Amino acid sequence: MVDTATVVETPSAGHVPSVHSPKPGEHDWTYTGLSNEKLAMWTFLGTECLLFGGLISTYLLYKTRVPDTLPVEQQVAPADLYDIPFTSASSFILLMSSLTMVLAVAGISRGDHRQTRTWLLATAVLGGIFLAGQVYEFTAFVSEGMGFTTNVAASAFFTLTGFHGVHVSIGVIMLMSLLAMSLRGKLPSSKADTVEIVGLYWHFVDVIWILIFTVVYLIP
Amino acid sequence: MSSDTATTATTADPGAIPGDEAHEAHHPTDASYIKIALVLALITAAEVGTYYVPGLEENTPLLLLVLLPMMVVKFTIVARSFMHLKFDNPLFTRVFLGGLILATIVWLITLATFQFF
Repeated sequence: MVDTATVVETPSAGHVPSVHSPKPGEHDWTYTGLSNEKLAMWTFLGTECLLFGGLISTYLLYKTRVPDTLPVEQQVAPADLYDIPFTSASSFILLMSSLTMVLAVAGISRGDHRQTRTWLLATAVLGGIFLAGQVYEFTAFVSEGMGFTTNVAASAFFTLTGFHGVHVSIGVIMLMSLLAMSLRGKLPSSKADTVEIVGLYWHFVDVIWILIFTVVYLIP
Repeated sequence: MSSDTATTATTADPGAIPGDEAHEAHHPTDASYIKIALVLALITAAEVGTYYVPGLEENTPLLLLVLLPMMVVKFTIVARSFMHLKFDNPLFTRVFLGGLILATIVWLITLATFQFF
């Protein structure tokens, strides 16, 4: 058992170094001792907070700005059309996709490729259902008379939720790419970091929706 | 190295990155992830439940008092457990929190500038 075991230390700060940390010049060596790709993704997600912070604050500023001077058919605010039960179901689906994503990451960390593929597919399908729900919601709003240019409140709403939808779409594409790589045998356990990095992006999309759902939909 | 500060992990996959054994040993099991998701689902149900409480929609301060903490708890649970900030190097937390705090400050300044409050 001793021959096949790897002994690692558990530091006080939660960081888990290993006695097998790559040395300078070795393939996986980095100056910080951390994965550069993962650090880059976290930095990117930090900047994404600024993007969505700007979009959410813009929506909050403009959500009630539906001027009386507009024709009556254009005096429709997003909050007048929200279907909370429907959006709640969409939110729940996106939340559960975070569970399937973390199970995919756990699967590849263990070298269980079947579980990885199953959960990657499940995550992509749940993301697709969320997107379908968003398309349905947008279509319903347009048919009710609230298009992108109807008024400034509608523009702010569509810009915010549309940007989020684009992020979900990119996430689904990345998930499907990972699934295709796995099916072609190009996603070995040594590339577990790749799945984890895509997972970070996916979870971020989920946490942003947690904010949007509460701030935009539930708080009047 | 005392036994309580050391973890012994076996190498399950020859292709695994060295050090991942330690990474994995400190992560929750699948069952734990499912339990965390159930907690998140319950909080979401409670959030949606506020929509059906008569009179609560008109009482915005009370609604904020109820909804904002639940939102923060959900955000924190996903970031710490599902995004592994709880188990990973603290530098990742600092980088992400840096962006988040900066965004919140910019957000509040923008809203204050336009007299939102």
